[in-house]
Amino acid sequence: MSGFTWTTQLLYVLAASCFVLGLHMMNNPATARRGNQVSVAGMVGAIAVTLAIVIHSGAVTATGWAVMLAGALVGSAVGLYAARTVQMTAMPQLVSVFNAVGGGAAALVAIHEYIRLSSGHVSVATTVTTLLDVLIGSVTFSGSIIAAGKLQGVITSAPVTFPGARVVNLLLAVVALGTGGYMIASYSLPGLIIVIIAALAFGVAMVMPIGGADMPVVISLLNAFTGTAVAMAGFVIQNWALIIAGALVGASGGILTKLMADAMNRSIRNIIVGGFGTGDSAPVVAGATGSVKSVAADDAAIQLAYASKVIIVPGYGLAAAQAQHEVAGLAELLESRGVDVSYAIHPVAGRMPGHMNVLLAEANVPYPQLKEMEEINPEFARTDVALVIGANDVTNPAARRAGTAISGMPILDVDQAKSIIVIKRSMGHGYAGIDNELYADPKTSMYFADAKTALADLTSAVKTLVG
Amino acid sequence: MSTALLTDLTIFVLSLWVGFEVISKVPATLHTPLMSAANSIHGIVLAGAMLIAVTADNAVGYVIAFIAAAFAAMNVVGGYAVTGRMLKMFKKRPAAPAPAPPAEAAAANGGTSAGRPA
Repeated sequence: MSGFTWTTQLLYVLAASCFVLGLHMMNNPATARRGNQVSVAGMVGAIAVTLAIVIHSGAVTATGWAVMLAGALVGSAVGLYAARTVQMTAMPQLVSVFNAVGGGAAALVAIHEYIRLSSGHVSVATTVTTLLDVLIGSVTFSGSIIAAGKLQGVITSAPVTFPGARVVNLLLAVVALGTGGYMIASYSLPGLIIVIIAALAFGVAMVMPIGGADMPVVISLLNAFTGTAVAMAGFVIQNWALIIAGALVGASGGILTKLMADAMNRSIRNIIVGGFGTGDSAPVVAGATGSVKSVAADDAAIQLAYASKVIIVPGYGLAAAQAQHEVAGLAELLESRGVDVSYAIHPVAGRMPGHMNVLLAEANVPYPQLKEMEEINPEFARTDVALVIGANDVTNPAARRAGTAISGMPILDVDQAKSIIVIKRSMGHGYAGIDNELYADPKTSMYFADAKTALADLTSAVKTLVG
Repeated sequence: MSTALLTDLTIFVLSLWVGFEVISKVPATLHTPLMSAANSIHGIVLAGAMLIAVTADNAVGYVIAFIAAAFAAMNVVGGYAVTGRMLKMFKKRPAAPAPAPPAEAAAANGGTSAGRPA
């Protein structure tokens, strides 16, 4: 190994260390920002080293330089523009798009390498890693684009299925794997093209039947896929930086996928194969209205203003109504009266892992007030008022019993609060499609209104009350 | 099986474990920025895109190199920028505190605010 290769490999390891350190520093909101900067430093280093290798090789043609630089510039400009202008509510779509292009780039790296090796001998190991990279990268690319389209509302977020869909999926998988098997035996460029097309179609077919409410799991899973694809690209071109970074992302996506699936009480297989989960389009039907007590702004304001401890339980309904600033305003008003206010965040509140926290942080809610489920659950018993806004299934006590659609799902112990106010547009069902027993609890008052209007009315009612 | 492949596999597996270890300690509050940060890290594929430009010498190669470079650059630059933007919003206290602390209100409430962490 030459001195130059030694140096570059060591610098790659240094860059990889920066990635690990950067991720490690994300274990606390206070150090997370510096962690991101450490990660950026590692990335700048890795790219600089790569540039040195490219220059050192002396083999790049003038056109090669032109396409490389033009591509990098165009990509950077688009990425930077999107990052600067995106709304926080649209974050899941943007992450999906970045995921898609990452997976696409990883697939392209292997495709290029395979075409280039056409003349010479291609080892089995190279063919296998190339195939894995192309398969996973292509599935991620098309799957993430569809996921982003669904999140943006360009494609319906309802599950799209047709008779025989499963047969088509199976067929695509068989074609891709069968062609792959043939390619291991003998080099075949048409084979590669068939694999690419089959994998792209499989990605579309995989995500189309998945409903809006399952998106946190899908995004996490696709993120894990991209990481794996990048690691495989690293195997193909023998680059440690890609292998390490890809593995880190694969692990991260894997953990988040598991956490999300657990929090929704569903298995990953169930979600991929399932094709139900229409959280967005919960039909507005009157459920078991029974003995539900409704409340007006004035009464709710009195309860809130004279409480000593209030826990706010935000759900996706809050984000959908764009009411995060209103809720922060109400919380601030209550705090100024000496009320202890905190937020109970269920792991799947939002359209991607941790989404609700970002939305509330944007509305200037201090992060120490954002409490995770395990942390906040023991506090409900000491709480005067639990204010539930646009959250449904994650507060349903029925989950503690066996034999319901959500049995075993981890929930927020909202029913243990001394009183409960639920802001909701109607008695419509949540994504699980069952009645929420919390609403029939004698301690619960229902406030039927749109979240944004309700919060604005509550805030002004509290203001009038306390002068 | 070559030694190089074995080395690569070792690195891959150990990195997976490091990833599991490090990431399982990230609190749920930061899961969105975490995913976005992880997203930016796989933007390292830009290094791969640059390296394929070295061997590109025909039209197909150039087109692939261009798209790969554009995709990867968008991934890495956009990813880091948006992660930074999100993390900047996480504050211990609001940036602009309420102009005047309503002392009377707190007092009228029986001083329940005394024990609140600032």
